[in-house]
Amino acid sequence: MTATTLYEKLWNAHAVAELPGGETLLYIDRQILHEVSSPQAFVAMRDAGRQLRRPQTHIAVVDHAVPTRSPRADGIRHGTIEDAQAASQIAELETNVRDFAVPYAELDGAEQGIVHVIGPESGFTLPGTTIVCGDSHTTTHGAFGALAFGIGASEQGTVMAAQCLRQKRAKTMRIELSGTRHPLVFAKDIALAIIARIGADGAAGHAVEFTGPAVRAMSMAERMTLCNMMIEAGSRVGLVAPDDVTFAFLKGRRLAPKGALWDQAVAAWRDLASDEGANYDRVIEIDVASLVPQVSWGTTPDQTLPVDAALPDPATLEEGPARRQAEKALAYMGLTPGQSLTDIAITHAFIGSCTNGRIEDIRAAAAIARGRKVAPGIKAIVVPGSAATRAAAEAEGLDRILIEAGFEWRLAGCSMCVAMNDDRLKPGERCASTSNRNFEGRQGPGGRTHLMSPAMAAAAAIAGHIADIREFAA
Amino acid sequence: MSEPFTTLSGKAAPMPEENIDTDIIFPARFLLITAKAGLGRYAFHDRRFDANGAEIPDYVLNQASFNAAPFIVAGANFGSGSSREQAVWAIAGLGVRCIIAAGFGEIFHSNCQRNGILPITLPAQTVAELMVAAQTEQTFAVDLEAQSLTVGNRAFAFDIAPERKLALLNGWDETSVLLHQYAGAIDEFETRQKASAPWLYAEDDAS
Repeated sequence: MTATTLYEKLWNAHAVAELPGGETLLYIDRQILHEVSSPQAFVAMRDAGRQLRRPQTHIAVVDHAVPTRSPRADGIRHGTIEDAQAASQIAELETNVRDFAVPYAELDGAEQGIVHVIGPESGFTLPGTTIVCGDSHTTTHGAFGALAFGIGASEQGTVMAAQCLRQKRAKTMRIELSGTRHPLVFAKDIALAIIARIGADGAAGHAVEFTGPAVRAMSMAERMTLCNMMIEAGSRVGLVAPDDVTFAFLKGRRLAPKGALWDQAVAAWRDLASDEGANYDRVIEIDVASLVPQVSWGTTPDQTLPVDAALPDPATLEEGPARRQAEKALAYMGLTPGQSLTDIAITHAFIGSCTNGRIEDIRAAAAIARGRKVAPGIKAIVVPGSAATRAAAEAEGLDRILIEAGFEWRLAGCSMCVAMNDDRLKPGERCASTSNRNFEGRQGPGGRTHLMSPAMAAAAAIAGHIADIREFAA
Repeated sequence: MSEPFTTLSGKAAPMPEENIDTDIIFPARFLLITAKAGLGRYAFHDRRFDANGAEIPDYVLNQASFNAAPFIVAGANFGSGSSREQAVWAIAGLGVRCIIAAGFGEIFHSNCQRNGILPITLPAQTVAELMVAAQTEQTFAVDLEAQSLTVGNRAFAFDIAPERKLALLNGWDETSVLLHQYAGAIDEFETRQKASAPWLYAEDDAS
């Protein structure tokens, strides 16, 4: 038998039919729905008089449009949302999940949170499955050895009705991570360094698999951060083969298999690894020992540099797309060529999102914040990725540490990662952000985003400017 | 059903910038709108309009030559980022039905084909030539059946998966096609998978 990659194994295990022209009809095991990308899919279902083929393979939640504050002392948000469009969008999802019998993690419930945080937390995300969601950061779930990718609203409707999608098989790329990283270099730094190296479309058309000792040493939260960011290199799929870390994370979660089924599932999941000698279309090797904390400076995620670097000077670049993009990005970001990254003053810090809104991320921020104060005039918010993450952080007393340092402690949601709820930047404001995109206007029209790890964002909030966490912690 | 795509001709709006992401094409704050129709006014909104809602005259789509162009010629990695299908619905709302670039965001590319928009991928050098043709207001003509793009006296062949071509030519809805043609194969797959991975069916059985 030919040696095959994990991606090919997952693909082959879900092939319903090979289609003329080289595409495959792929079975979809799981779909996550949120209020923003699903309404039009439900409209299509209603218009065609269709039902969901397997409602229990779905889970719905509100995350993108929800405010992360409540005027009520008990933190209940339902019925308090001032933005009429947001309230109506949430109500529409509630009607849809009722009419189509879709399991729903309701707004003020214990399982509410960002799609890519609650899927793993509830055990909905399992190794060996195919998972889709109307959200490009669905790559996150690949950390469990699941073939997970983002889709549009039309495709969501197709999955609801047919439990299948027509897909073209991707090429494969292996990213081998070796070495031991500096204790203040995180998965986010590794992801940003990879994107800076290969480009914002450097992995387009490829399914990326992470291998090597530095990946094996990572927690599930770190693996999720890594896979989450692969869409920023143009890849729809990031993968890590499951192992004992994965199984320990999943065991006992509400939707994870139980009893004999658990044992049977784990036995099957242990086979989910690329074979020795399997061929990849591209292989990239990175020694993480050489990495320092990373910060994005421009308007695409590949415009990222080590924190101790200076900004590029377009005048020194060759005439071409890279130069034009650098000029444009510097102008939008209001930065000076050659300026040191650590001289850039911020107005906001945002710790949260599907990239960095997990308990490990909040711990990293709190470790920096403990006994320090947010710089005067800086608005710094910490937004847990889910209600469960928030509860876990409060049980550890992390909320107290952060609040005492001057951070705001919010309710779960996408918040300032996507400028479609109350949390957004005004033109010219500048944010140290743990989110995933530094696109123009991503955090609000005219807003300026610098991507970094939670520890780096916490340090920036305290310093009032981008800071090198390695000096800061000393 | 979307409108069948057969042939198209007209001007092409040149957008030479690379990495025009779906946040630029359709800013997130408009995602609170749940309708599919009428989104054209929000396409490229923050490039087309200033903070007061006034048109920015320099912007390509605000120029009389290009504001009704049915083609866009774009820099590489067009439609990268967010999966929001509103980006495609908004572009369709402008009357654009064909986009030419050296590469696309993959989810955006897939969303185009499901909404009667033809994305054409050509080598970067060719796109650079077409960019000049677009800027000089030459007429673009595409024939999907023949898989041919004609600009001036030059013709360019392009690739498209046969099933996608058929669906675009006929305006077919993918869900209907799958349910019609593959219902038996889907049933058989589920029977097999339920036997080999029964834990994936535990919730169906419990409900």
